[in-house]
Amino acid sequence: MSESKGVWVFSENYELTLEMLGKGREIADKLQTELVSVFAGYDVQEKADELIRYGADKVYLIDNPALESFQAEAYLSVLHGLAANYKPEIMLIGSTRNGKPLAARLATRLKTGCTPDCRRLSVDENGRLIGERITYGGNAVAKIASRTKPQIATVPARAFGKPEPQDRNGQVIKLDVKIEEPKTEIVETKPLETSGVKIEEAEVIISCGRGLEKKDDKALLEELGKVLGGQVGCSRPLAEDRKWFTEWVGLSGHKVKPKLYVACGISGVIQHVAGIRDAKTIVAINKDPEAPIFEVADYGVVGDLYEILPALTEALKKHLQ
Amino acid sequence: MKRIIVCLKQAVDVSQLKVDPATRRLITAGAPKKISDFDKNALEEAIRIKEKIGEAEVCTVTVSSEDAKAVLREALAIGADKAYFVNDTGFQDVDTSGTACILAESIKKIGAFDLVLCGESSLDSFSGLVGSRLAELLNVPQITSVRKLSMEGDVVIAERTLEDAYETVKARMPALITVTREINQPRIPSLMMIIRASKKEVVTWTAADLNLPKEKIDAKIEVVEVVAPKTERKKIMITGENVAEIAEKLAKALVQEGVVGR
Repeated sequence: MSESKGVWVFSENYELTLEMLGKGREIADKLQTELVSVFAGYDVQEKADELIRYGADKVYLIDNPALESFQAEAYLSVLHGLAANYKPEIMLIGSTRNGKPLAARLATRLKTGCTPDCRRLSVDENGRLIGERITYGGNAVAKIASRTKPQIATVPARAFGKPEPQDRNGQVIKLDVKIEEPKTEIVETKPLETSGVKIEEAEVIISCGRGLEKKDDKALLEELGKVLGGQVGCSRPLAEDRKWFTEWVGLSGHKVKPKLYVACGISGVIQHVAGIRDAKTIVAINKDPEAPIFEVADYGVVGDLYEILPALTEALKKHLQ
Repeated sequence: MKRIIVCLKQAVDVSQLKVDPATRRLITAGAPKKISDFDKNALEEAIRIKEKIGEAEVCTVTVSSEDAKAVLREALAIGADKAYFVNDTGFQDVDTSGTACILAESIKKIGAFDLVLCGESSLDSFSGLVGSRLAELLNVPQITSVRKLSMEGDVVIAERTLEDAYETVKARMPALITVTREINQPRIPSLMMIIRASKKEVVTWTAADLNLPKEKIDAKIEVVEVVAPKTERKKIMITGENVAEIAEKLAKALVQEGVVGR
């Protein structure tokens, strides 16, 4: 067991890699071990130096045409090959739609555990990695440790802040790894149509729930959004049942982290609340004084969103002039 | 004839969970259970494929340390042809690694297959690892987060939802697919179907039937603690004589919080 050393970070998403380097640096310092950024792709050598500025002691660079697009088996064989050889103590893998299945298969191949979607990571008194994740539909937070090594955890985007780049010394090490043939073939990639800023990156979110009576009424939210430079979002029923939106905020949708979240006509079921837990300030507007959203809000208004929203828009306009 | 295997988890109905106010611990004992939502979508998709191609056998598998036969009864009522209940008190502490291992051995015992369908995540633990772990153990191609599925001969074509794109992927079967809730609207079985299904057999296997040694399913993780999340919110209710006054008070508060404006 004591042979394992080093904290490794990998994501096919570059921004997420940087975020994990920040957290990884903290963990590596606590364990007095090295931080390694595994960097795989094609023609990516230039960016490798930057990873050192963001905290890596070493960059394992695998530059190969077979890694140009994300192919599960190709990336899996790279990570497995390196981990089997160098035996890291901890592996943090970006919890994207491609990264999470990758981590699960890697853990299986390495016969080890995996703690998915950790929104907090720490090291306990025995030097074990403790991952905290939301579970039971948002009803609970579970703290999980691994009994086996490497200890693998996946990390969602924006769970941790991006560190400030610094002038540091480190090594970029070019490695060759046997790359497996992909078992699937990508036929087509269609970009998702999103309106400007992504909701999970928005600083202000005005969100509606079943209290919104007609699709066109989201104009009321957009008006307030315009004044505050915010995005409009919704809870799951408006997207999945009524199809008024393509994406939603909540445990099964986007987990958001805005400065301000305004929940209009949202009852506040636990799955929705799990998606907004990291908001700095939450405002709830709801007709029903018993709505559970008020239990998790900083400011609550019992009232009709059709009256409150336009008035709030006007009031804020005056204040922000 | 194509064989489609659907993995079904009996999950805690998270909408009915309660928290012990003193310890903030979750009360899971006695909580109602049901087929995990996404798994129901997987079952629905399997049945739709069968209806489309005609000749197919839909097999369902559930792994549990407790009595979970009701899940398979419901699956049979919805339209599954066969049901396998893998039940052993020794499964009590299995994690995603052990569950995938039990499923893999069960599937090998069922025999050759064309597709394995799983929900992307379970309703209760929401890990989303078992499907991918299972694909690895079965050594078949996997396509995750699938919102559309079709078959052409022995090739499966699936559309995945990624963060910023839809990706269409092809794989030769046998393959493993994990589905999202977007893929379909699961049907509700009629009373006739429920009555008819009650006569169908649920095959029950134990760890011994699968020749599964205990060390193969030992948990690789340790759950240190599960508690209700803390909510430290101000919970200030804003009231006033009229809407304009309420709006003004709220606007002022938000300006003071520093969460609006530059």
